Amino acid sequence: MNTILKKETLSPSVKLYEIEAPLIAQKALPGQFVVVRIVEEGERIPLTIADSDPERGILTLIVQEVGKTTEHMGLLDEGMAILDVAGPLGLPSEIENYGTVVMVGGGIGIAPIYPITKGMKAAGNRVISIIGARSENLLFYIDKMKAVSDEFIITTDDGTSGIKGFVTDELKRLIDEGVKIDRVVAIGPTIMMKMVSEVTRPYEIPTIVSLNSIMVDGTGMCGACRVEIDGETKFACVDGPEFDGHKVDFDLLMQRQAMYIEQEKKSLECFRENLVHRI
Amino acid sequence: MAKIEPKKTAMPEQPASERIQNFDEVPYGYTEEMAIAEAKRCIQCKDPKCIEGCPVEIDIPGFIRLIAEGDFRGSVRVMKEKNLLPAVCGRVCPQEDQCEKFCVLGKKFEPVAIGRLERFIADWEARQGEAEIPKPAPPTGKKVAIVGSGPAGLTVAGDLIKLGHKITIFEALHKPGGVLVYGIPEFRLPKEIVFREVDYLQKLGVELITSFIVGRTKTVDELLTEYDAVFLGTGAGLPWFMFIPGENSKGIYSANEYLTRSNLMKAYRFPEYDTPIMQGKRVATIGGGNVAMDSARTALRLGAEESIVIYRRSKTEMPARDEEIEHAEEEGVIFNFLTNPVAYHADKDGWVKEIECIRMELGEPDASGRRRPVPIENSNFREPIDTVVVAIGNSPNPLVPATTPGLETTKHGTIVVDETTGRTSKKGVFAGGDIVTGAATVILAMGAGRVAARSIDEYLKTGEW
Ligand SMILES: Cc1cc2nc3c(=O)[nH]c(=O)nc-3n(C[C@H](O)[C@H](O)[C@H](O)COP(=O)(O)OP(=O)(O)OC[C@H]3O[C@@H](n4cnc5c(N)ncnc54)[C@H](O)[C@@H]3O)c2cc1C
Ligand SMILES: Cc1cc2nc3c(=O)[nH]c(=O)nc-3n(C[C@H](O)[C@H](O)[C@H](O)COP(=O)(O)OP(=O)(O)OC[C@H]3O[C@@H](n4cnc5c(N)ncnc54)[C@H](O)[C@@H]3O)c2cc1C
Ligand code: SF4
Ligand code: SF4
Ligand code: FES
Repeated sequence: MNTILKKETLSPSVKLYEIEAPLIAQKALPGQFVVVRIVEEGERIPLTIADSDPERGILTLIVQEVGKTTEHMGLLDEGMAILDVAGPLGLPSEIENYGTVVMVGGGIGIAPIYPITKGMKAAGNRVISIIGARSENLLFYIDKMKAVSDEFIITTDDGTSGIKGFVTDELKRLIDEGVKIDRVVAIGPTIMMKMVSEVTRPYEIPTIVSLNSIMVDGTGMCGACRVEIDGETKFACVDGPEFDGHKVDFDLLMQRQAMYIEQEKKSLECFRENLVHRI
Repeated sequence: MAKIEPKKTAMPEQPASERIQNFDEVPYGYTEEMAIAEAKRCIQCKDPKCIEGCPVEIDIPGFIRLIAEGDFRGSVRVMKEKNLLPAVCGRVCPQEDQCEKFCVLGKKFEPVAIGRLERFIADWEARQGEAEIPKPAPPTGKKVAIVGSGPAGLTVAGDLIKLGHKITIFEALHKPGGVLVYGIPEFRLPKEIVFREVDYLQKLGVELITSFIVGRTKTVDELLTEYDAVFLGTGAGLPWFMFIPGENSKGIYSANEYLTRSNLMKAYRFPEYDTPIMQGKRVATIGGGNVAMDSARTALRLGAEESIVIYRRSKTEMPARDEEIEHAEEEGVIFNFLTNPVAYHADKDGWVKEIECIRMELGEPDASGRRRPVPIENSNFREPIDTVVVAIGNSPNPLVPATTPGLETTKHGTIVVDETTGRTSKKGVFAGGDIVTGAATVILAMGAGRVAARSIDEYLKTGEW
């Protein structure tokens, strides 16, 4: 179970895994995630289901290496197995024919925005996608996103690919040009989702964001993932992860995400040290 | 007849100053001599009242007599007739409210230490090596799915596998045991004991599938297409918060999160284990039950200089077991009674820095018979704090009810069952334990499992609902 059938490097710090998980693959809907644990001493981390193939029983996960667990995962090879994969978790994305939707994916957020974009297209929407990253070498899934979009825009902070600037600049441009937008879905770094929500707020364009709070179980049992929506406490893992961007307290989310920064650093250092010893 | 020793035979334990430095179990358990001496205190009543206090009706004088005679193996057999998890119950049952409360010795002296003897006999068996695997019953061809591997689910599995049914347990977490593993700390119930019992069930043929979330990975209706009956033992795992200002500040945990990080994920061994936990210097735990005691004692072991329990009623009303309160006091936990938090104050980075509380007084008794705590106006005060554990209760996780059409629930979110059979409103679906009663006890969950197992067997035979 949970064997890695395929591993691919998408950018220096981003890897794609195809994992055998037939039961989850049959159920997975856009917007849902799994919780994985890769070794006995490991922590449980949430990862979005970037794609699923129920026929072959396969889940696609796209992982950005940012700390101990994701770096460790990067060392796993095809043929090896992931210890635990639980899911699919979270509420699926709301997908309907809204009219014109703008799909915004920033950095690793391109992975989770893809299945939702695919769904939006299949539901008959006119899909405008804006994907962005700091630099060209951090972009991935360009062809896949293009294939499910009517209009496709790339931005990079340094201008190495597409338009130089932020995804929010392009979103603002579309609005200024008078494009009638019925819904925006934005997934990426928390600060990006906050900025997108600020751009659409004055125009009252419904804006959905996917919150990546720190999680433990992912099933509503611990409250580690709590976020404030319109002043009310919600559990991102079961009440979300998608919420109305205009109601999210992003500053609280960013603070809470930084809760274990010290320990995360230590964990990564220990891990790298042990690796050196083993080699 | 020899004169009865008025007091229970003492059980040796780690000294408080030492044990707060580690997560090892606090009491060491009886030696054979101590167990025999204690067993001899039992006067073998003709009409043993103690049994009435035990939710699973263990033949208490029976197993105690065999200990007194030194026939430990025989004693194990008597025990196992009624109780699948004696090593667990002997440690965590609230005996003072159950078996020991009814013991006739208790009228004049201390009651017989039934729990300690139960623990002794279970540990004795474990020391003999592998438990005997009984011959499997002839297969009935019937399949039962059990959802949740807490004490309720494990009991149903144990009872039904012995009758020849094929059993599969589905567990959402990556380890079996429910609260026994993620909630109750190692120093009170070593996880080894729970895993040994689960291992025994697997040797009997029970299949265990972890990381399987019923309602998500598969629904109950889907399970019903593959299995002849389904038992729901999903517990009461949804943590309550008070929803007061500042409660989402960094450093504030639900008890579930705090204990799960520490027990299930072994955060106390960070960085050897990857999961981090706050090692606060001044830790406040809100609540007065077992969960609060476990949290406050865990905080000490994680290095807290001060671990404070804040409880809105007085000591008399505390629902925690006496033994837990005593242990907490010995270890230096500070109790702040008749006090309730009203807000938390954080610094600019969002870290909790102060707890604001209000003093309470006791008014008229409420529905539970305990005197209702009433806030005293203008008695607010603030204290510095860096970690808070909210341990005010849990309710059932709504996932299974929400994804199972036709399953009747109460307004508290518990599943409605016929108490004598464990049958729910949905054909072929049974339930028991905390999911039915709300947060209760290990032995009540096991008792409910036993009732359900009997009635599942009947249903499988007759097909009648
Ligand atoms: C619903 C959900 C879906 C996610 N999907 C993906 C995905 O598809 N691909 C992907 O690469 N990442 C995804 N993440 C983020 C991923 O879970 C974290 O990057 C991972 O847990 C980091 O673990 P680590 O040990 O490698 O790093 P750590 O050392 O734990 O953390 C390094 C950095 O990541 C942040 N972080 C830590 N834990 C989390 C967390 N649970 N969520 C968000 N940030 C965290 C920390 O604040 C820190 O800045 C998702 C998160 C959530 C909540
Ligand atoms: C910290 C703490 C201390 C306690 N101390 C004591 C004590 O000293 N003495 C005592 O008698 N009682 C104590 N209790 C109470 C006791 O532990 C519970 O009453 C008992 O465990 C309930 O058993 P259960 O089988 O109903 O549920 P649980 O033990 O809660 O087990 C339920 C299991 O179901 C799983 N599950 C839930 N949803 C799903 C799903 N959708 N799919 C698959 N699996 C699922 C959960 O992950 C869990 O493993 C304590 C409780 C806590 C939290
Ligand atoms: S199971 Fe609990 S109540 Fe019953 S005899 Fe043992 S300790 Fe007492
Ligand atoms: S009531 Fe007490 S003394 Fe009597 S049989 Fe039970 S344990 Fe022994
Ligand atoms: S991650 Fe535990 S409740 Fe959401």
